[in-house]
Amino acid sequence: MDFMEIHQNNVSSEGAEPRRRTSESGERGRGETELNGQPPSARPIPATVTEDDEDEELTLKYGAKHVIMLFVPVTLCMVVVVATIKSVSFYTQNDGQQLIYTPFREDTETVGQRALNSILNAAIMISVIVVMTLVLVLLYKYRCYKVIHGWLFISSLLLLFFFSFIYLGGVLTCMSVTCGSGDSGITDSTSVGTHALSRVLLYCTREVFKTYNVAMDYFTLAVIIWNFGVVGMICIHWKGPLRLQQAYLIMISALMALVFIKYLPEWTSWLILAVISVYDLLAVLCPKGPLRILVETAQERNEPIFPALIYSSTMVWLVGMADNVETRKNNTSSSSEPENPASPGQQSEDDGGFTSAWVGQQQQQLGNLQSTEESRREVQQMPSARPPADPADDEEMGKASATASGDWNTTLACFVAILIGLCLTLLLLAIFKKALPALPISITFGLVFYFATDNLVRPFMDQLALHQFYI
Amino acid sequence: MPVAVFFGCAFIAFGPALALFVFTIAREPLRVIILIAGAFFWLLSLLLSSLVWFIAVKASNPENVSLQKGLLIFGAVFSVVLQEVFRFAYYRLLRKANEGLAAISEENLSPISVQQMAYVAGLGFGIMSGAFSMINILSDSLGPGTVGIYGDSQYYFITSAFMTMAMTLLHTFWGVVFFDGCEKRRWWVIAAVAALHLLVSGLSFLNPSYEGSLPPAYVIMVLMAAWAFFSSGGSLQTLTQVWMCKKNGVDSS
Repeated sequence: MDFMEIHQNNVSSEGAEPRRRTSESGERGRGETELNGQPPSARPIPATVTEDDEDEELTLKYGAKHVIMLFVPVTLCMVVVVATIKSVSFYTQNDGQQLIYTPFREDTETVGQRALNSILNAAIMISVIVVMTLVLVLLYKYRCYKVIHGWLFISSLLLLFFFSFIYLGGVLTCMSVTCGSGDSGITDSTSVGTHALSRVLLYCTREVFKTYNVAMDYFTLAVIIWNFGVVGMICIHWKGPLRLQQAYLIMISALMALVFIKYLPEWTSWLILAVISVYDLLAVLCPKGPLRILVETAQERNEPIFPALIYSSTMVWLVGMADNVETRKNNTSSSSEPENPASPGQQSEDDGGFTSAWVGQQQQQLGNLQSTEESRREVQQMPSARPPADPADDEEMGKASATASGDWNTTLACFVAILIGLCLTLLLLAIFKKALPALPISITFGLVFYFATDNLVRPFMDQLALHQFYI
Repeated sequence: MPVAVFFGCAFIAFGPALALFVFTIAREPLRVIILIAGAFFWLLSLLLSSLVWFIAVKASNPENVSLQKGLLIFGAVFSVVLQEVFRFAYYRLLRKANEGLAAISEENLSPISVQQMAYVAGLGFGIMSGAFSMINILSDSLGPGTVGIYGDSQYYFITSAFMTMAMTLLHTFWGVVFFDGCEKRRWWVIAAVAALHLLVSGLSFLNPSYEGSLPPAYVIMVLMAAWAFFSSGGSLQTLTQVWMCKKNGVDSS
């Protein structure tokens, strides 16, 4: 649930220089290193905008560069997720655990029952999201900035808590099942605190170490993870080198994607994905849509949207709906009790975790923070446009699921489709120059190409490869 | 079938394409976008052609092996035709985009020329085509197994890699020649490109007797390289100039 905006009057003079040879990355144009959360010191805003043509040229010139700046993190995320899925088998095992937001199970006897359950799951998720969006918009409208501040802070804390809780629970469940004990309870996660990031990594490395049979003592692991976690927290929430921050965001996005792949049942995620994209479209474009109200209110007050959010999350000095979405998500997760249903992981469905529908929803609930930050990183480089946040994670999930299903062609097709969706969205943004939903096009393309490639292209290419025909 | 086969085949199949990408395309955002869009168009053509094939297969008797093979050949031919149609469609789209880019630029000059777009579009088609042909084979080569244990050819991987490389480069050259033909309104050029594509694809139907498919494909590739070179403005003088510049550079250094 994100939209993008181009603030025409925020085009920096650096971005305005016509460049025949574009530099590789946006930040080369700046003479100084950018730290997250801090706008580069001298960024003169052009006093006058002379001609429309010049504006358009600026838009398009940096449009191409901006698109590439979106391509790179999406691709990197995808690579990480795909690599992990292919190597660490944990993420594709279905332990039978699900998130609290999707209480209905999909391992039913009849197709009809499964469809009904997935519809109910999706409905629960969507309604939670809608409610939280409305609450946030109302808070913003009535200027309860402090509430939003506090809400964000607590929710990000609790979000990480919840996240690590799930991970710890997942790890412990997995290990207990592996060790043969029937106990699949979740032990205490009281020690989570602010180092959820460390736990996430601990979880991941455990799985990686198990897969590759690496001997590692807890002390070394603790030291490494402590450092990783603390540096990550500092980088993301305070100041740090841009590249490091980007790397952390990508890693977190990838981890999020993996969690969602593991814990969302298949049909639910497809449905959620589709519904989220429709909701995003409605919320941003309809006159009474909450996100649109938010944008218009911010524009009326002539202030960047959610400055409090910007500074509280310290990521971007440009605003984004993405923040909004994430806050909502954070709130969603914080308001519900982070209890993992302690169901015995006896399921052995192979397809449980394969859904391509990462679903922005999950993303939204837990992962928007990351995706937004990722896009925000780019935004920092290009002050005039806001790239979409969700699609990055949605797409990663889609690609990851495609990979999990075993066919690389599907992964590749999803990847290209999503990149093209991103391109088109940015193109539309450049044409219409107003707030647009970021998700629908990418998600639609991704879904269409996933199902089409999986069902139509795969048998065709398999047959061609069998006979070694080339087309 | 260890990692050596994987890396060897991967670099044979994708080495030239990767080099072309890294040295000519990676630094220009607009070219990267055109490349990805080209890949997308190829993917669309593949999707439609596999839809047609799928319908045909579902409507036919699955037990009849020769019929299935015939349907596959029909599917492949249809796919080739559709690829050329989509190449033409992409050409039209790029022309429009080029005009738009030129209109909004300062000196009314587009930042990218039609020949560059032709090359990038062709490479996009080629990379996607090669990836779809080769990636599953590469991933299989990492796993255990013996090639040709049931009497098929032992050279499956290596011939696939070489054929993929040829197809990738061929698509690039076809792209250049095709766009040039469209620009100059020489429709026989378009027909020739389509015919050559059908020929190369048809030669692959002779597999696994690789003598019939691989050497002719490479001969056609060399001829297409020359055609593309001359149609995009190269000549023997420019070739000698490149050679002389190198020599001069060596002398003066």
